[in-house]
Amino acid sequence: MRPWHWLHAPLLALAVALLLPALTVAGPTAPPSEPMSFDSELQEQRYQKLIRELRCTVCQNQNLIESNAPLANDLRRQIALMINDGADTDEVIDYMVARYGDFVLFRPPMKGITYLLWFGPVAMLLIGLAALGNILWRRRTQVTSEPLSTDEEERLRRILGDRGQDKT
Amino acid sequence: MKLRFLIPLTAFIALVGLLFVGLSLDPREIPSPLVGKEAPQFDLPELRNAEVRFARDDMLGKPALLNVWASWCVTCRQEHPMLAELRRMGVPIYGLNYKDTRSDALRFLTRFGDPYDAIGFDESGLVGIDYGVYATPETFLIDGSGKIRFKHIGMITPEVIETEILPLYRQLEAET
Repeated sequence: MRPWHWLHAPLLALAVALLLPALTVAGPTAPPSEPMSFDSELQEQRYQKLIRELRCTVCQNQNLIESNAPLANDLRRQIALMINDGADTDEVIDYMVARYGDFVLFRPPMKGITYLLWFGPVAMLLIGLAALGNILWRRRTQVTSEPLSTDEEERLRRILGDRGQDKT
Repeated sequence: MKLRFLIPLTAFIALVGLLFVGLSLDPREIPSPLVGKEAPQFDLPELRNAEVRFARDDMLGKPALLNVWASWCVTCRQEHPMLAELRRMGVPIYGLNYKDTRSDALRFLTRFGDPYDAIGFDESGLVGIDYGVYATPETFLIDGSGKIRFKHIGMITPEVIETEILPLYRQLEAET
């Protein structure tokens, strides 16, 4: 018996679950409401990037581009205004964080209280893999066959020998 | 041998405990980065008298509440009697009328009463953004020097007044 065979299915499922979000990054490509005009292509790109990375605090789990909440609308307008006034990405992000906290960022900053958030899942995965490896390793040593005793060898020879005689 | 089952069991129970606590937390309550900081400046027309201005510095001198409300906000309507109650207890209450129309807001005050010392009329919602407002009603407790000491998101209940607002207000009052 090969004991690790049945483990393939859950492992495969885990791999798929981990990879799936990375494959489905499609999202809306145009703002749902008012079009914003910018002086340069660079500012337009800056705006498009920001409204995807900032969270709408009213309808949580949507970013500013997806949300139709009045507040999201106001925030988009405010961001466009700031960008047209020459603000760069960091200035807009600082402005939002000063008012709504780290919560507005879909990509939370790496700092003391977010280490668990950033490294927790990887740590859990490593612990799980270590446990799995440990189990498999122990099982491998368990299934190595012991040599037959002389009694058993005698019996085996008798059985095989009998069969050999039946055939003739 | 027993340990082999005990460790996963303990880990499982710990995880269930963690998730259970998570269930009782309100994800809408975002900790405000403004608590402990200077209240943002503003200078707005007064809601009830467009000729007059109402600025942040008008609130200074002693601790006061700044209540963000709107006539379209149903919870604000439910909360309104609590503000009158606080006013009776001697707490100064200022209002920030958020993304509203003047006529709707005035009709609201006529119907449900007017506990405010002064109300800023923030039609565009820009002052609201400066205060990190995302869900009306929101209430800030600002001390005499203009620092935000406490923020409550959602309806003020008798319990919130009793356990949070009043004790802190009395403490700030004693400080000034």
